Amino acid sequence: MTTTDRCPVAFPLRRPGQSFPPPEYQDFRKQDGLVRTTLPSGVHVWLVTRHEDVRTVLTDPRISSNPSHPGFPRAAKTGGVPSQDEVPGWFVALDPPEHGRFRKTLIPEFTVRKVREMRPAIQQIVDERIDAMLAAGNTADLIADFALSVPSLVISSLLGVPNADRDFFETKTRVLVTLTSTDEQRQAASMALLRYLNRLITIKQKRPGDDLISQLLAEGTLSKQELSGVSMLLLIAGHETTANNIGLGVVTLLSNPRWIGDERAVEELLRYYSVADLVAFRVAVEDVEIGGQLIKAGEGIIPLVAAANHDGTVFDRPDEFDPSRSARSHVAFGYGVHQCLGQNLVRVEMDIAYRTLFERIPTLELAVPVEELPLKYDGVLYGLHALPVRW
Amino acid sequence: MVHISVDTERCVGAGQCVLSAPDVFDQDDSGIVLVLEEPADEPGREAARQAGLICPSQAITVKES
Ligand code: HEM
Ligand code: SF4
Repeated sequence: MTTTDRCPVAFPLRRPGQSFPPPEYQDFRKQDGLVRTTLPSGVHVWLVTRHEDVRTVLTDPRISSNPSHPGFPRAAKTGGVPSQDEVPGWFVALDPPEHGRFRKTLIPEFTVRKVREMRPAIQQIVDERIDAMLAAGNTADLIADFALSVPSLVISSLLGVPNADRDFFETKTRVLVTLTSTDEQRQAASMALLRYLNRLITIKQKRPGDDLISQLLAEGTLSKQELSGVSMLLLIAGHETTANNIGLGVVTLLSNPRWIGDERAVEELLRYYSVADLVAFRVAVEDVEIGGQLIKAGEGIIPLVAAANHDGTVFDRPDEFDPSRSARSHVAFGYGVHQCLGQNLVRVEMDIAYRTLFERIPTLELAVPVEELPLKYDGVLYGLHALPVRW
Repeated sequence: MVHISVDTERCVGAGQCVLSAPDVFDQDDSGIVLVLEEPADEPGREAARQAGLICPSQAITVKES
């Protein structure tokens, strides 16, 4: 990674272990205007760190999510998120009004009520994972054995993706969310996923099941190609993010046990860790002023949701974990039309996961000192590579 | 008193309002916001205001009167 004179800040910033987020964010928020930096790809971008500015960026119609616009910031060398041209149905990369068609098709399945109805099924998945851990002995890697497998099983059973294929889609997803993956690796991973889902959809056309893909096929509002892209987005967005948050949350709750079982802990953990800090990338399609800074058309913008969620003007003592605060105005799920479609599912998954884990394994503890937990420095998402525990 | 209006065209169905003020807001079968009833007491009004502030699509207007 190289930096030039014009760009004093290397990016992404090294994440400082347990003290999250990077301390530099505090200086960035105080600075007049915005901070300019260079991505490993050599592209210049503006970093947005104040809560108000992040919300403005994520709602301004002159700012686009579409990577096919010149200047769109990409996390990896030149690759990064697919665009609608590469993956039809990848609607997180579409602007209104095109975005709305996909979003409207999906929101009925992710309402607060719909997700509440999924509780028994999620509870069963969580219980089975814990049964398996208990049967296997008195130690586990809580990431592989629990934090990752729970959301992965939830989203795959919702979509109708066979459990047997978990290894395949988890491995491909990992390539897509690792900052150091090459373009070729990314391209190959996303093509493999698309081909896989295409085949699965063909099977479901002949033999529909009781699942979301079959239902969307029956509704017929999306083409088969679009449905593959939508399924891929849901599958990818649905497991790694949640897994990272569940894992980090367990560490925090182990040292703050009085918050176990309190629903407010979930919202505060979402705010506190903001695992998707490097997820919402944008480009200006017209000149626009944000936070006193002129951004020219064609310049990239990264609203850092972790920085916004640690903005002391909105959250008192922002770097403390305190579920008694009102954390609901956090932007861990983004803001504006793309605000996370799966957010209600995440809340329920986290709530059930923590409650059940600590209830069924009350003697759960870390098997290594907290400083030795392997943090992800190479990920688009903040999290742990592994979480060794014992009971 | 407050008067609550919602813009169903803007709503993106995130359900934040339903979580904030379940007595005031709901989502219809297509996931879009609907107002159940205007809040009668101050905690209810405060919850509705909070929903207006966090709604990601700025689809909720709470008019004080
Ligand atoms: C802790 C867990 C999660 C976090 C922190 C998270 C975060 C985010 C963020 C920040 C965005 C906005 C991206 C942007 O504006 O460009 C987003 C969008 C999205 N998320 Fe999540 N997410 C999580 C879990 C999930 C789950 C479980 C699903 C599965 C259904 C999901 C599905 C989506 C989809 C489909 C979008 C795109 C929505 C749109 O463009 O309208 N996410 N998420
Ligand atoms: S919070 Fe806003 S976008 Fe979400 S359901 Fe309510 S009105 Fe719609």
